[in-house]
Amino acid sequence: MHYSFLNLARQALRGHRDWQPTWRDAAPRPRYDIIIVGGGGHGLATAYYLAKEHGIPNVAVLEKGYIGSGNAGRNTTIVRSNYLLPGNEPFYEWSMKLWEGLEQDLNYNAMVSQRGVLNLYHSDAQRDAFARRGNAMILAGADAELLDAAAVRRMLPMLDFDNARFPIKGGLLQRRGGTARHDAVVWGYARGASDRGVDIIQNCEVTGFLREGGRVVGVQTTRGRIGATKVGLAVAGSSSRVAALADLRLPIESHVLQAFVSEAIKPFIPGVVTFGAGHFYISQSDKGGLVFGGDIDGYNSYAQRGNLPTVEDVCEGGMALMPAIGRVRMLRSWGGLVDMSMDGSPIMDKTPVDGLYLNAGWCYGGFKATPASGWCFAHLLARDEPHPVAAAYRLDRFETGHLIDEKGQGAQPNLH
Amino acid sequence: MRIECPFCGPRDVGEFAYHGDATRRPEASTSDATQPFYQAVYLRDNPAGRHKELWYHAGGCRSWLSVTRDTRTHEIFGVTFAAEESS
Repeated sequence: MHYSFLNLARQALRGHRDWQPTWRDAAPRPRYDIIIVGGGGHGLATAYYLAKEHGIPNVAVLEKGYIGSGNAGRNTTIVRSNYLLPGNEPFYEWSMKLWEGLEQDLNYNAMVSQRGVLNLYHSDAQRDAFARRGNAMILAGADAELLDAAAVRRMLPMLDFDNARFPIKGGLLQRRGGTARHDAVVWGYARGASDRGVDIIQNCEVTGFLREGGRVVGVQTTRGRIGATKVGLAVAGSSSRVAALADLRLPIESHVLQAFVSEAIKPFIPGVVTFGAGHFYISQSDKGGLVFGGDIDGYNSYAQRGNLPTVEDVCEGGMALMPAIGRVRMLRSWGGLVDMSMDGSPIMDKTPVDGLYLNAGWCYGGFKATPASGWCFAHLLARDEPHPVAAAYRLDRFETGHLIDEKGQGAQPNLH
Repeated sequence: MRIECPFCGPRDVGEFAYHGDATRRPEASTSDATQPFYQAVYLRDNPAGRHKELWYHAGGCRSWLSVTRDTRTHEIFGVTFAAEESS
């Protein structure tokens, strides 16, 4: 059913009796053209674009739990395209452009709010690095503005500008960045895909791959065998476990990333702000809660639960940046399972196993990539060739030396 | 999470730095070392369950430790000096 003011008025007059479920909870059929494993944002977006852009609606999305129950429901909802390297920036800018038209495309309110993303700098060297990054962004068609301290002070007067150790000298601002409602993104893509004939199958865990002469021809699941011509993996922190079922070892470690939300307060922070001298980022939700996070805990984990030293470290970053939040109480914290790749950049490629395709390694930044990840993975699955903006995300780049290491940290995933 | 350092006793995880999978470094002097090194540097088993890993007691005795830990529960089964293990 199309959502519009006219339809809302019509339903109101009928006592809201005719609303349909947003999407169809399907049972598995014996065979599909394409199976997507993982019913998060990336998997559902892939199915949506397969049906819409490539005319392949005979697709199933298999989800172990319920859709959006993994990282899609646990992130800090930031969307931005402020990357430096040529392998990354055009991809993230394409994602940003898709975010800008997403709600009209999906006919669903994803609460995309372009409230700006500001990265603060605290030294001359950091300013120069940010100027370079801003120029790289502009070259790729994104927007970037380098602000001095006075301009930042007008936007965010409550920051600790004259901090003795890390004075704020200015910031790199992307005005088109902002936030989006994470759950609504999942539901919107699910609705769009389901309307076009995609089967969304929940409580269906993949326990093995069906092979014929080495080629993957389907999956074994807790709800039976399902055949497919191609199988795509979009399972984030579980990538290594699922790939191991096909005897693959991936350049990925699973880590836990924590996020936090405070009690609701009056409007205080207009956009997204990141601290440049530590790892801390914060925004304010429409309900008033301060949503913030920082570093991953830094050790392999499948626990979806972090430890206290990281909580303390993140909160110290917040206090160094804006001491005014010191008496705001933290309401909740939670952990998500992130698929940290060995160079900090994602992987979207065919695997050495025929018929099996991989979309993984999003580290702690997968949410902003959701639309373009779906767009490009659908392109790869439908045409067997990478989309131009995702062509650098090869699985063999670690072997050939074509790494995309934004932070220059080397093969140490807990430092990315 | 606490790690029981064999020298210092049980200490908070904040004192330690993580260095990942404790897979042994391949032999560098062989002629076909490229593949083993690629696999050792970039590929990981990344198990959900028991994982043998290296931790450095940076805020304590500065020993390199080999820790066996369950990645699902963070339960630690054993800690030894990494140097003893590799000898």
